[in-house]
Order: sequence, then structure tokens, then C-alpha cells
Amino acid sequence: MSADNATLTENVQHDARFHVNSYPKFLRLALRLCTSGSWTFYAWMIFLTCVALVGANAWAIQVRDGMITTSMTDHVSWGLYIANFTFLVGLAAGGVMMVIPAYIYKDKDMHDTVIIGELLAIASIAMCLMFVIADLGRPDRFWHMLPVVGKFNFPISMLTWDVIVLNGYMLLNLHICGYLLYKRFLGEVPNPKWYVPFVFISIAWAISIHTVTAFLYCGLGGRPFWNTALLAPRFLTTAFCAGPAFIIIVLQIIRRMTSMKIGSGSIRTLTSIMRITILINLVMLASELFTEFYTGGSHATAAKYLYFGHHGLNALQPWIWVSTISVVVAAILLMRPKIHEHMRTLDVACVLIFVGIWIEKGMGLIIPGFIPSTLHEWVEYIPSAIEWKVSAGIWAAGLMIYTLLLKVAIPIFTGQTGASSKGTHR
Amino acid sequence: MSEEKKEPCGSNCGCHGSNAGKEGMFNRRNLLKGAGATLGVAAFAKAMAPLTEWKETTSVDEFLQTHYRELDKEQLAEVIARLEKETRENYDAEVSISDIKPQKGVKFGYALNLSICVGCRRCAKACHEENNHDRASGNSYIRVLEMSKGSMDMEHGNADYNHPVPRDDKFYMPVQCQQCENPPCVDVCPVEATWKENDGIVVVDYNWCIGCRYCEAACPYHARRFNWTKPEIPKEEINPEQGYLSNRIRPQGVMEKCTFCLHRTRKGKLPACLEACPTGARVFGNLLDPKSEIRTVLANKRVFVLKEELGTKPNFFYFFDE
Repeated sequence: MSADNATLTENVQHDARFHVNSYPKFLRLALRLCTSGSWTFYAWMIFLTCVALVGANAWAIQVRDGMITTSMTDHVSWGLYIANFTFLVGLAAGGVMMVIPAYIYKDKDMHDTVIIGELLAIASIAMCLMFVIADLGRPDRFWHMLPVVGKFNFPISMLTWDVIVLNGYMLLNLHICGYLLYKRFLGEVPNPKWYVPFVFISIAWAISIHTVTAFLYCGLGGRPFWNTALLAPRFLTTAFCAGPAFIIIVLQIIRRMTSMKIGSGSIRTLTSIMRITILINLVMLASELFTEFYTGGSHATAAKYLYFGHHGLNALQPWIWVSTISVVVAAILLMRPKIHEHMRTLDVACVLIFVGIWIEKGMGLIIPGFIPSTLHEWVEYIPSAIEWKVSAGIWAAGLMIYTLLLKVAIPIFTGQTGASSKGTHR
Repeated sequence: MSEEKKEPCGSNCGCHGSNAGKEGMFNRRNLLKGAGATLGVAAFAKAMAPLTEWKETTSVDEFLQTHYRELDKEQLAEVIARLEKETRENYDAEVSISDIKPQKGVKFGYALNLSICVGCRRCAKACHEENNHDRASGNSYIRVLEMSKGSMDMEHGNADYNHPVPRDDKFYMPVQCQQCENPPCVDVCPVEATWKENDGIVVVDYNWCIGCRYCEAACPYHARRFNWTKPEIPKEEINPEQGYLSNRIRPQGVMEKCTFCLHRTRKGKLPACLEACPTGARVFGNLLDPKSEIRTVLANKRVFVLKEELGTKPNFFYFFDE
């Protein structure tokens, strides 16, 4: 897996009893690793805990008093939650841009860091599920959606497809990461039979999660703004910009905070991917805007409102222009030759992409689908305080999950600690 | 693994006095962590406290209740008794909830004469009262669009008009559930909480809906409504004649929609919106009965449906007189 493969033992056969003994040890080590760290770590975790608690409280109030506490209405019936959900599915799928170079093109640097992308997928999907639950009017009836005990409207409802692909993607990544880490913990070479097939399934699966999520919207004939065949391809390209952008930042933080070696190859590869995907995204955006505005008519109404407002109603205008300008500026910055050697430019581009796509996939996509409504009534939407609190809380909880996963994975993966190393945890 | 080798001391040994070395189970760091975790759990419990107040509005029976179409007769009777009791407790009102099944050989259709509708919105008001809507929101399953003469485009319609009607340069188009033959709202529901009955009415099981509002996004006619909060109705205004799948008071957090007043129409009565109409613009009846008024309208008038291009095949028709 990494440079010190030589110290790992190969082809060891164990019986079940061995695992019954060593797996709890592995879990105990994980627990210890994720509860101890530097003051920075504690401060970060306490901060996230506080935000998550504010979110939990806001959600409990929302469940008690009803969703009247949100700014959603019968006209704009999905808001900030589904917006975040849509973006996060993309972030989860974006991790695959590390997996493909690592496993298909055998990129060595990427191979050493790919777990960072796989763990991101786990944390993102966890956030997705939390956002879906936050959006439910009756979270207590969540079990109705479970196959067998509930009523699962498969295959007609695209939402049931989404339940399957999201949970499946989470399980795939949990298995791959869990298996690799456990093997490293034992000090053994992982058996490719037990994870490589799953890695390849997960690549196809990553594409499916964002495609199915796009189908949720583009399959609705009554919503012209979403009803475009370009929606799923655009979802994928934006995911493959936002995912690498986030991972590039994370890789730099890890390089600074831990002793994990982050080869410059990983960042270079991710940058090259972003350079292309962001341009493809802009081409598709231009194509979509041309079709809308040149044709005109009722299909263009929502887009006109989004970009230019409608008779003084312009709640979405600031959002979409921030998004569009961010993405265009980032695309120009990424054209700088040898950008991976100019980390500051790269970081600015990554932040711009992350913010730009978050808006584009959320406030700039979900909300205008509802404005004007299907009877052409004009009702605007500005998220309420409760919605902001719940969303911030879910992001904090997700970052907490991601931090803890990295906290466990990095020392084990770099061989700093494990069953075979004697008291070397630093 | 020096820490791991230390056996955790048993209970009550008081070892954290003597054994509080750096390596021990009860060193300062671990105690701090323990205190932090306890504090965290306590804060979480406090943050979630509003849920305990919410829990009082629901019950274990409600939580475990199965889908309407899987309830047998006794189970349904129990559920209905529970709902009537809850209405008594929560609204102080005596109501009776019925469950009338679709009649064989009946498929409901509705037609509306746009030439004579004056836009008075009495249908919307009748709906509000008949169907036990939340009073504060003024909810109704019917929205009346004021349309400019010379265009059928809803873009030129307005549902928020506030002036004497009818105006000479306008015509009026009430829109409610179209009871589509091919309803997108039913397709998208992830839990089969909404379906089309044999008489053509699309209904919701209010006790099965999870409140994801996907149907609301899918409906092209703005026919669906969500209960953003617990409906509030003064007890003397509650309509006590209620249907399980129609106008009983809905719980908070679920979807609802127009059912062509099935608690009335399945008994041979007319929908409340039709009875309230002062102009006779509304025609309701059985599409399978060749002698019905609605069939006469369909055969003799110039009829159209809304958004025909979407392929939803509405059972709600609009027409003009010559």
C-alpha cells in the first residue's frame, strides 16, 4: 500500500478465533486514536460539537413545532436542506476522482492517499442522510422507507433508487476502508481479492449516485427548469470539480498537521482533473443558458428570474452571480501554467470552486425549480434561522465524522501504530 | 501497547487515589475526557429536549400503525376509534370518521365552465370549511387564477387578486387536483403513501406519509399541500362528518390534497365546491355513466385539459360556452 510494504507480512491465513480477538483490539485502538490528540484537535472538535449541538436543538424545535419554522412554503417546498443534500452527493461522488487514478492508472502517489477520498465519501453520505432526515416532515416514520418492513416504492420512485445507491455507496466505502485499515493494523498485506473488486464496483457506483440524484429532479415534467437531459452530466462534472477542490485543501492540511507523506503527484493529478472538468462545466452552462435565453418562452422564466429577477423579486440574484463569477474566475486561475507549484493560487481557485458549486447545485438549482410555481405564482424563498442552524449543525457533524475517520486512518495507514508496533503511538 | 496491558481495575477499588499515575486508567487526561464526554452527552440531551414535548402529540399505536391498504376491518375500526378519541382530546370536538369505499362502475370526473365562472372564490372558501383546513393559513385545495383575456398562458394569471369581480378584461380559472389518469405524484412517492383509487381519486394515507414533499415537487398543478404545522380550528367550526382518506383533521408534517370530497361524493352527494358555486360553472359526475351531465359536456362542448403536453391525462376538464 505504501513505501514500507516490505515490513508487511503476506498471505497469512487466520481462523475466525483470531479475528474475534484482534478485531475488538482494532476497534479499541480506533477509539483511542480518535479521542486523543493535540490541543488544536481538541479545540477543533469542541468547536464542531458546539455547532452540531446548536443544529440538533434547532432540528428538535423544527420537529416539535412543525416545518413552519422553516421558510419553505407550498410554493417553494424544498429549500436549503435539499440544496445541501444535492451538493453533498456530488462531494461524495467527487472522491472517485482519486480512486480512478489510483486503481485504473496505478498512480503511486494517489494510491497512497486514496483513502482520504474514500473516507470523504463516507462522511459526505452520512451528511446526505442527515439532510434528508432534516427535510422529512415525519422523521419518526422513517422506517416506512425501509424495504420489507415498510413499503418501498421500487422501482417506480426515483427516491427509492437514491436510497439504494447512497446506502450502497456508503457500505462499499466502509468495507474498502475498514478492510484496508484492519489489514494495516495487523501488519499484513491486504488480499486484493477482498477489496479490488469492490473498488471497481465503487467507481461505477460513484457515477450512479449523482446520476440518480439528478434523475430525481430532471424526471419531473412539471418543472421545466429541471427537466433537461443535461442535468445529470452537469451534476457529474460539477462533482468532479468540487470533490477534487475539497480534497486538495484537505491534503494540504494533512501534510501540515500529520506526518503522513502526501506526494506532490496527488495534488497535481487532482488539479489536472479540475482544470478540465471546470471547463466542461462552463461549456455545458453556456449551452444551457443559450437554449433557455435564445428560445425564450415559459421554459426560460425560471432562468430569467434566477439571473435577472422578476419585477423587483430578486432573492436569488446575488447567489447565482457569486456562483457564476467564482467558477469563471477559478477556471481562469486554473489556467496558470504549473499551477500546482503556486499553492496560493491553487488554494484560492479551490475555495472559489467549492463555494461556486455549492451555490450552483443548491440555491441556484433547487430553489429556482420552484419559482415561479407550477401555476406561475411568484413566491420567493430565503432560508430561515432554523434552517441555517440545522444545516450548519449537519456540516459540523459531518466534519466531525471526517476528522475522526482521518484521525484513525492516518496513523494506522502510515504504520505509526497497529497490532505489531509496540507502543509506538505518538 | 503499554496502556492496553493494564487491566481496568474493578469497581469500588478506589484506585484513582493510589493509581493516578500517568499510565493508569484514571489519569488526569482520561478523567478530563470522561468529564468532556459526560458534558457532551448532557448537552446533547438538553439540545434534543424539545423532542420530548413533541412526543406527547403522537403515540406508540400511531408509530406502529401499518399502511391503510394492509389494515383489516377490525384494525381500521381501532384506528378510527383512536383518531376520534384524539380529536376529542386535542380539539374538544365530537367527530365521526367514516371509510366509504369506491363504488363499482363509478369514475369521477369534473368539468368547469370558464365562460361563466366569475372568480368569486366561494368554491375555495367552501373547500376550506368542508375539509377542515388550518384556519390561520387560510388553506384551500382550490386556487382561482385571474387570467387576461386573449391568453391561456398561466404566466399571465394572478391568484392574489383583491378587487371586485368579475372584471371585464379578465376570465377566471379555478385549479384544483386534476385526479390525473397518470399521476406523477403517485409515481414519485417513495413509500406508496399516495395512490389512485378505483373511482379515479388520488388519495393520501395521512398516517403513512413521511412528509418528504417529493409529490409536491412532482405535481404540475400545485394540487398538493403540506401541513407545515398542526392544523388549528376552533371546535365549533370543525366539520364533524369526516372521511379517513379525505377531510379528517390531518396530522402535522404530512401531505394532503383534494379528494373531490370523497366522503360526500361516494355517498351520492356533490362536492362542497360545486354546491357553493353561485353560477353553476361546475359540473360533476360519473364518467362511466353515458347519461351523466359530465358526459354531455364532454360530448358537446369544446373541452380542454391543463398542460396536456405533460401526458398526465387529467380527469378535470375546462370548457367554454359558444
